[in-house]
Amino acid sequence: MSTAVAEVPVESRIHYLNASYGIKSWLFTTDHKRIALLYLGSITLMFFIGGAAAVLMRLHLIEPAGALVQPETYNKLFTMHGVVMVFFFLIPSIPATLGNFLVPMMIGARDLAFPRLNLLSWYVYITGATFTLYALISGGVDTGWTFYTPLSSHYVNTHVIATALGVFITGFSSILTGLNFIVTIHKMRAPGMTWKRMPLFLWSMYATSIIFVLGTPVIAVTLFLLGLERLFHVGIFDPAIGGDPVLFQHLFWFYSHPAVYIMILPGMGVVSELITCFSRKKPFGYIFIAYSSLAIAMISFFVWGHHMFVSSQSVYAGFIFSALSFAVAIPSAIKVFNWTATLYKGSISYQAPMLYALGFIGLFTMGGLTGLFLASLATDVHLHDTYFVIAHFHYIMVGGAVMAYLGGIHFWWPKITGRLYHDGWARVAAVVIFFGFNLTFFPQYMLGYLGMPRRYAVYPAEFQVLNVMSSAGASILGIGYLIPFIYLLWSIRYGPVAGPNPWGAKGLEWETPSPPPTDNFEESPVVPDEPYGYAKPEHAHV
Amino acid sequence: MSESAVNSGRLEATATHGVTPALHHQFEDIEQQREAGNFGMWIFLATEMLFFGAIFTAYIMYRVMYYPGFEAGSRGLEASFGATMTFVLLASSFTMAMSVHAAHAGKRRMLLGFLFATMLLGIIFLGLKFTEYTHKWHEQLVPGLNFHPAAESLRGAPEHAVELFMCFYFFMTGLHALHMIIGIGLLGVMAILAWQGKISPENYNRVEAAGLYWHFVDIIWIYLFPLLYLVGGRY
Repeated sequence: MSTAVAEVPVESRIHYLNASYGIKSWLFTTDHKRIALLYLGSITLMFFIGGAAAVLMRLHLIEPAGALVQPETYNKLFTMHGVVMVFFFLIPSIPATLGNFLVPMMIGARDLAFPRLNLLSWYVYITGATFTLYALISGGVDTGWTFYTPLSSHYVNTHVIATALGVFITGFSSILTGLNFIVTIHKMRAPGMTWKRMPLFLWSMYATSIIFVLGTPVIAVTLFLLGLERLFHVGIFDPAIGGDPVLFQHLFWFYSHPAVYIMILPGMGVVSELITCFSRKKPFGYIFIAYSSLAIAMISFFVWGHHMFVSSQSVYAGFIFSALSFAVAIPSAIKVFNWTATLYKGSISYQAPMLYALGFIGLFTMGGLTGLFLASLATDVHLHDTYFVIAHFHYIMVGGAVMAYLGGIHFWWPKITGRLYHDGWARVAAVVIFFGFNLTFFPQYMLGYLGMPRRYAVYPAEFQVLNVMSSAGASILGIGYLIPFIYLLWSIRYGPVAGPNPWGAKGLEWETPSPPPTDNFEESPVVPDEPYGYAKPEHAHV
Repeated sequence: MSESAVNSGRLEATATHGVTPALHHQFEDIEQQREAGNFGMWIFLATEMLFFGAIFTAYIMYRVMYYPGFEAGSRGLEASFGATMTFVLLASSFTMAMSVHAAHAGKRRMLLGFLFATMLLGIIFLGLKFTEYTHKWHEQLVPGLNFHPAAESLRGAPEHAVELFMCFYFFMTGLHALHMIIGIGLLGVMAILAWQGKISPENYNRVEAAGLYWHFVDIIWIYLFPLLYLVGGRY
């Protein structure tokens, strides 16, 4: 715990947070750590905007006839929820905040390879977010986050262009981030930091960056074509004037399915770090966990057709896409098994970050296995566009990606701010989120299996019990998300001083003071040995 | 040696990790910086490839779907224009390669000369492109804005397919032209840096990276030209 004596040296030390003051020192910073915090602030705002839309939806669905809003408004709510959460929260979440903060530190570099591009990526993100938020306040958009044509290009009269433009622009911020990470990891590793000595988080960042760089341009072009069709009424995707709506789906999912792995791969990287640290063990099968990240990134580009089993795609293409989708389960399962094997005979401690990591393993496994139901041709026909799909991808994206994001934020918070948060509250919040999440989304599996379609503002009365359960869970989940928001902010000012390595974790980022100096390290680090050198007896008391 | 000289020497050494003033703070040495810069450009070009790749995919798909209309549309383009533009671009690739060579050899005047030649050829290309667009406007072949095809060669072709072809024509060549404009701007920056004497054999990789970009944009055209003009075109 902190004492006044311990606080003095931290306060008087120059670090990245107090190296300069004033709004300009933030808006024109090229320090990757400050840019990470700029992103953290912006995506938190977007998270709460997207969350507000979800809360309204769940309130509306308490009654079969709809309790709150007009059906048109309901359509706008789920579209905004999807667009904001996918493109403005989940995709940048871990890479742009923790990734930005940690990639240079974990490889022992002073900054990313292109610091100004990094700042530019934040401005690009903000510009994109502005367009989308403009669409939100000026009346919303009601196509669903997938912008399927010809609905989006011809039939609806809402702000499709502004929203699509926002997504289009934001894509470039992802590309810049990915490019920066790839170059940094390739070219800027400290002496001794070989590829196989890299922390697993970096392998996942590397895999994610490949998808950023190769996937994002495709969605950019697709949305551009959509805009052209909408503005000039040329038949690109609209069958009434000679276009092909299925081509839109192909191009859209060519990016948007890999985008799922953009969301989950960084989470897997975070969990690999958390599990090893709080089990005090080397990861079981380091090289398998590392390569499985690359395998997931690679296979992710060849599975998009499983979104289109019922979209007039040929059944033979369906076979192939189904088989390839099953193939993704292999590297994913490798990770899950290796995490559990890492836990085996470890000295496990249940600090808050570890609770999130354990939650992640369970929820991700659920989400992943139910994904196989949807990758099977026959079951998908029954489950397609039902709440089963909603539950499945929320188990991956919220139960997986968001849990890992929160776990990572809790793990590296002392490094980022130099302060410790209240551990008791943090554990309470992790448990509340876990139960709230399951109560929200498990009933949706059942709803979907029973046949309730997604994206409807009303439903038959027999589904009410499960819907009310889901809404009740959503309110618990909402409170669960508010608790960390409060105690984390509180800790910045009142939290006890953390010291350089409060968890006894291994890795270069823990060998420098918290918060780190602007150049990250007082002297350039050299890496003499393998990562994760946890010696059990020494740390058994932690 | 005076004390101030010693001090300033030490200051310079600490500020730049002991090498040339062009080294950015995040890099250990100039070699690392050079490699990072070039590698970054290659990664960026990978992005660009997928960017154009998506459009090429869509184009080829529609070409197969609406073959007669696309064939008629290709016939409506002037291959002689396209060929001239191809020649201009290939020449610009040569002058670009010479610019990189000049930068590497540290020949400032030669570098400036070839940079200007490259920019000039780029501008000639855009001029030709603009003239061609004007022709299309007069032939009333601009989808969405002015599309009333009357040309003899288009008689009998399904109008919506021709419109789709022209749509892709403008989209693809327009996007290419946008890349050309960015490239000319990039070379302009290089020319200013060279003018100020800020390009040296130590950091010539900026010119090299700009060159990679320029060649890439040329290669895109090398694919656009046959896809749009030659396959069933007017020649």
